[in-house]
Amino acid sequence: MADRPIRYRYAGKAAQGFQRFAASKPPEFLIGLYRSMLRIRRIEEAIERRYREDQMKTPIHLVIGQEGTAVGCCAALRHADLLYTSHRTHGGYLAKGGDLRAMLCEMHCRVNGCVGSRGGSMHLVDKRVGMAGTSAIVGGAVPIATGAALAAQMKGEDRVVVTLIGDATTEEGVTSESLNFAALRGLPIVFFCENNFYSVQSPLDVRQPPRSIRAWAESHGMAACTVDGVNVLAVREATSAAVARARAGEGPTFIEAEVYRFRAHGGAGDDSHTGYRAVAEREAWEAVCPIAIFGGYLTSAGLLGDAAVAEMEGRIADEIDEAFAFALASPYPTEADLLRHVYAE
Amino acid sequence: MPWDEGLVNSLVYDRPDPGEGRVMSYVGAINEALTIALDSDPSVLVLGQGVDDPSAMFGTTRGLQDRFGLRRVFDTPLSEEAMMGVSAGAAMNGMRPVYMHNRPDFVLLAFNQLVTHAPKFHFMDNGQTTVPMVVWAAIGRGWGSGAQHSQAIHGMLLGVPGLKIVMPSTPHDAKGLLLAAIMDNNPVCVFEHRWLMKKDGVVPERPYRVPIGKGICRRRGRDLTIVGASHAIELGAQAAALLASEGIEAEVIDLRTIKPLDESIVLESLHRTGRLLVVDTAWATGGVCAEVGCLAAEKGFRDLKAPVGRVGLPDAPAPAGFTLEQFYYPDAPRIAEAARGLMRA
Ligand SMILES: Cc1ncc(C[n+]2csc(CCOP(=O)(O)OP(=O)(O)O)c2C)c(N)n1
Repeated sequence: MADRPIRYRYAGKAAQGFQRFAASKPPEFLIGLYRSMLRIRRIEEAIERRYREDQMKTPIHLVIGQEGTAVGCCAALRHADLLYTSHRTHGGYLAKGGDLRAMLCEMHCRVNGCVGSRGGSMHLVDKRVGMAGTSAIVGGAVPIATGAALAAQMKGEDRVVVTLIGDATTEEGVTSESLNFAALRGLPIVFFCENNFYSVQSPLDVRQPPRSIRAWAESHGMAACTVDGVNVLAVREATSAAVARARAGEGPTFIEAEVYRFRAHGGAGDDSHTGYRAVAEREAWEAVCPIAIFGGYLTSAGLLGDAAVAEMEGRIADEIDEAFAFALASPYPTEADLLRHVYAE
Repeated sequence: MPWDEGLVNSLVYDRPDPGEGRVMSYVGAINEALTIALDSDPSVLVLGQGVDDPSAMFGTTRGLQDRFGLRRVFDTPLSEEAMMGVSAGAAMNGMRPVYMHNRPDFVLLAFNQLVTHAPKFHFMDNGQTTVPMVVWAAIGRGWGSGAQHSQAIHGMLLGVPGLKIVMPSTPHDAKGLLLAAIMDNNPVCVFEHRWLMKKDGVVPERPYRVPIGKGICRRRGRDLTIVGASHAIELGAQAAALLASEGIEAEVIDLRTIKPLDESIVLESLHRTGRLLVVDTAWATGGVCAEVGCLAAEKGFRDLKAPVGRVGLPDAPAPAGFTLEQFYYPDAPRIAEAARGLMRA
């Protein structure tokens, strides 16, 4: 079958985009961002590889290709700030500092999973680090996050709330309603939209008219910007500005970041060959992999060498192996667990 | 073939004539019903998220857009409430939309239109407007679907006057009930259990309708009556086979339509067996189990030799992990055990 035409092209500056942001940052900080993205990639790859063994009986939505947004965004947050996500939880959970063992236990349906095997991949929560909640219903977490921002504002807490949403999430009425309320009350919230151009297998242009998502958001009466989603530094910078505005009581911000998922909407592997998007489109985006281009930049700037990368890879691999072994050795829930927490005490 | 001749005069029958029809899959039967409806009536529309994507709504919509065009078979924005209202508005003005959902939970976003608008207009305007629309949803447990992707919403809808709800259990009924639903001048919900999608059965090729509001006896027995619909019939039949090996003869009544309920088929069977066990894939509380149980108490009281039994989900949200799922979902042995209990009572 002939490939489809390319619909969505990368519009950023790739590696040329880093210099502007990197100059003022300490090397450890930059390397830390790289490590964080690489770690998420390797964890996702390990999940993907082992998924076929059928030990993780949970529907997964991988973030491979979208590491720059989760990491850049969370790098602008404090421990006390809260993150709410949709079904695509892995990136946000890990970038916010969620526990890897508890995540893998959850994916393996073990009783010591981060939510006791009740939620699986779509419901990764670690409240200790501000990974506050998720929803498997698209748009479901948006008003919840808005409510969290209302609570922070009313209680006078120095806390900003971020919600990671997709392009299709902006089509849900509740998202408009939440933006309206957040703008109305000047709430300390950042709506961070990862525009990966597809909702499952439906492209953006059969779902939305040709106007930008940013412009749509702006019409709700809030600050809105676009950012290159494969540039972790640009994402971090845009989120920092939005968070600073929220902390200063200047209200919500909407950020639109164009990114691409390198894998299928759900499950392991890519599904471009089924014909809903061009294989060449995915390949063009893979050429601007957020990790590879940042790594290339750091190397050319003399901040990262082969030995350092090898050491990083080794540590990450050890951590992943250990966490998988831990998960696989963990106990399953029993029937007595089923009816717990239907009601709060 | 114009709608009013082709389908109005089409056969209305309970089961295929022996010798008529071919063995085909449940999904194929739905596809055939949609094809017949689109072909015979230009006012029929098929819409829903991903109806034209490579997975084609479990395959039920495969090929329809190629054959009937983008204007009549189309993908939608991720806007369930709006699209439900759009369907109702189009139905009120001469169209017959079939709005499809791949999970029941997504219908919940549209309850305002489905509950408070679509089934009310005909009553509210004193019969001037009709709302001939079909809301189709794949329901039931998936694999690790958890609390937000497998909710059994049919019970919640039983208390909504003006709605009809059908739940086929065989490919034959999937075709015949869908055609009946599309022809009906009211909003009709068609709920198809995910676990039935891969079943095969005999399906006549020509157009026919299975009457809405009429149940069918799937198995004769003198000792007790097992009542249900959809996938519960398969479980009930398995339980009946287990019981038969112990000398207990269970009758299995397939409701096919859960609203309006075929009261007489239940009461007539109860009159003969004296024992009633209601089985549902939803919560036992407040749904089909509760309603049929109440029917027996109200109108079959004198026939009851034992208390009414019900087998449904416990009063807890669905867990995602597979061990917890096993404790949560009823199976044939559990139904058989409940039946033995009624025999002892
Ligand atoms: C209300 C609702 N409708 C439909 C779905 C099915 N669904 C799950 S994820 C998804 C795509 C969402 O796209 P987007 O918001 O852009 O996020 P992405 O998956 O691209 O990260 C859809 C349609 C759902 N979970 N919730």
